[in-house]
Amino acid sequence: MRKLFILGVILSVGLFAQKLTIQGSTTVLPIAQYAAEVYMDNNPEADITIRGGGSGTGIAALIDGATDIADASRPMKTKEMKKAREKGVNPVANIIARDGIAVIVHPDNSLNEISKEDLKKIYTGEIAKWNKIGRGSGTIVVISRDAASGTFETFNKLALDKAKVTDGALMLVSNLEVARIVAQTPGAIGYVGLGYLSDEVKALKADGIIPSEETVRNETYPLARPLFMYTNGSPGGLAKDFIDFIMSKQGQKIVQEAGFVPVK
Amino acid sequence: MNRKLRELIVKSILLFCASSSLIFLAGIVIVLFTQGLPILKYVGIGEFLFGTHWYPTHEHAEFGILPMIYGSLIITLGALIFAAPLGILSALYIAEVAPFWLKEIMKPIVELLACIPSVVYGLFGVLLIAPIVQKLFNLPIGLTAFSAAIILGIMVLPTVTSIVEDALSSIPKEYKEAAFAVGATRWETMTRITLPAAASGISTALILGIGRAIGETMAILMVAGGSARIVLSFLKPVRAMTSTIAAEMAETVMGSEHYYALFGIAIVLFIMTLCFNFIADRISCQFHKKFTATR
Repeated sequence: MRKLFILGVILSVGLFAQKLTIQGSTTVLPIAQYAAEVYMDNNPEADITIRGGGSGTGIAALIDGATDIADASRPMKTKEMKKAREKGVNPVANIIARDGIAVIVHPDNSLNEISKEDLKKIYTGEIAKWNKIGRGSGTIVVISRDAASGTFETFNKLALDKAKVTDGALMLVSNLEVARIVAQTPGAIGYVGLGYLSDEVKALKADGIIPSEETVRNETYPLARPLFMYTNGSPGGLAKDFIDFIMSKQGQKIVQEAGFVPVK
Repeated sequence: MNRKLRELIVKSILLFCASSSLIFLAGIVIVLFTQGLPILKYVGIGEFLFGTHWYPTHEHAEFGILPMIYGSLIITLGALIFAAPLGILSALYIAEVAPFWLKEIMKPIVELLACIPSVVYGLFGVLLIAPIVQKLFNLPIGLTAFSAAIILGIMVLPTVTSIVEDALSSIPKEYKEAAFAVGATRWETMTRITLPAAASGISTALILGIGRAIGETMAILMVAGGSARIVLSFLKPVRAMTSTIAAEMAETVMGSEHYYALFGIAIVLFIMTLCFNFIADRISCQFHKKFTATR
């Protein structure tokens, strides 16, 4: 009898708890995670599950109905859109933050600024020595994110006009890894999200513009991108409430604390 | 009747458990091939295996995995060059030279090396080995095939050492006694009798070591650098097949050419590991035959 009672309690709690699943880009993950923690503190009946896995995985889960919100650091591709439509899913993009990509070098490097043109030449392998752009000597160690990551895709599009990155480039798996390797390699050049800048690396001006929150928000900095939370149709229920929370003043403060640029 | 029934039940439970690995293996093979073979619709098998450009997400995508096959092989070769002499000699010491009490301490320590998670080896490689390699050879970057080979060599060492040690210990005592009886020294016995007698055991150890090395993912992902380019040097960054799958699978679009290509790499890797295991199995089989015949 007592067991039955306990079972009943568990079931009813399960029924009344509101569940929300969020999955996708590891770039958006810290925002989603921190926002969910604060949100659940304010709304104890909400039960939010967050998974990473990358933009592609999140979008695939949204299409399969396995998640309520898909985090993405890139817009959905036409192929994904088509697949979603076929399954009767209507993805709606919500821009919740902006992310700037900063080009970084070792602090000892005397370079302060780089033109998009030189950046492209370095990343496509046309320039391989530092003295070719008039700074220092030695081989340029080109560091990139792996070809499947959202950061790579954005950089490839914004900085390289979709040119192929030299096959001599080191393809690393995370922003943190890129920052760490650049910090310990005097000849290296790399790129990371604005949130990963620290005193251990030097951020370069791109086309004369400093990567900063201000330049990303007013869209003068050339290497910046929006971050998305996709929902199926216009968000409703808990998903709507959660996205509204991120768009609120408190939510956008969380975005800033996570190292990204608020949209408002 | 009751007893027969019970026996039948126990028998079928055991059969089920025994066949479970077979079922899992079949499942893995089916998934691997259904998800990997579609890549051949987009690129020819020759272009896939021998193409030298890997641009999986580009508009004009290229799916040549030769640089990754090369990367995996050169790291594995390097690891073997490092681990083979060290492993064989330490096994020889443990099995033949060390006093009993020391042997009892050293064996568990070697086996402990196998218990360290590979991500820890990776960190060790990035933070310690890579900077040393960079300084030592005056390189622009320390994340190279060489650094990866050293880390992998350390990881393979317990496999090689313990299998060689087992092989050495299983050599019949009569062999050595006979050698001593005709006046051979300990060194002569070791190099002329013990080692040759354990040759097939040593080969098995090395091949299983290769199998272990070629499948390693995390540490290599962190230490090898990850350039998909074929440069005939140990001191350049390379990219292994396993790392490519691990790095790119999470972010790729399911059902895309890139997704199929990554499973295609997994098939190649699976077949290579299968071959190594098959060869090791054949050699150790002969090894058993040889000794059961002499006994």
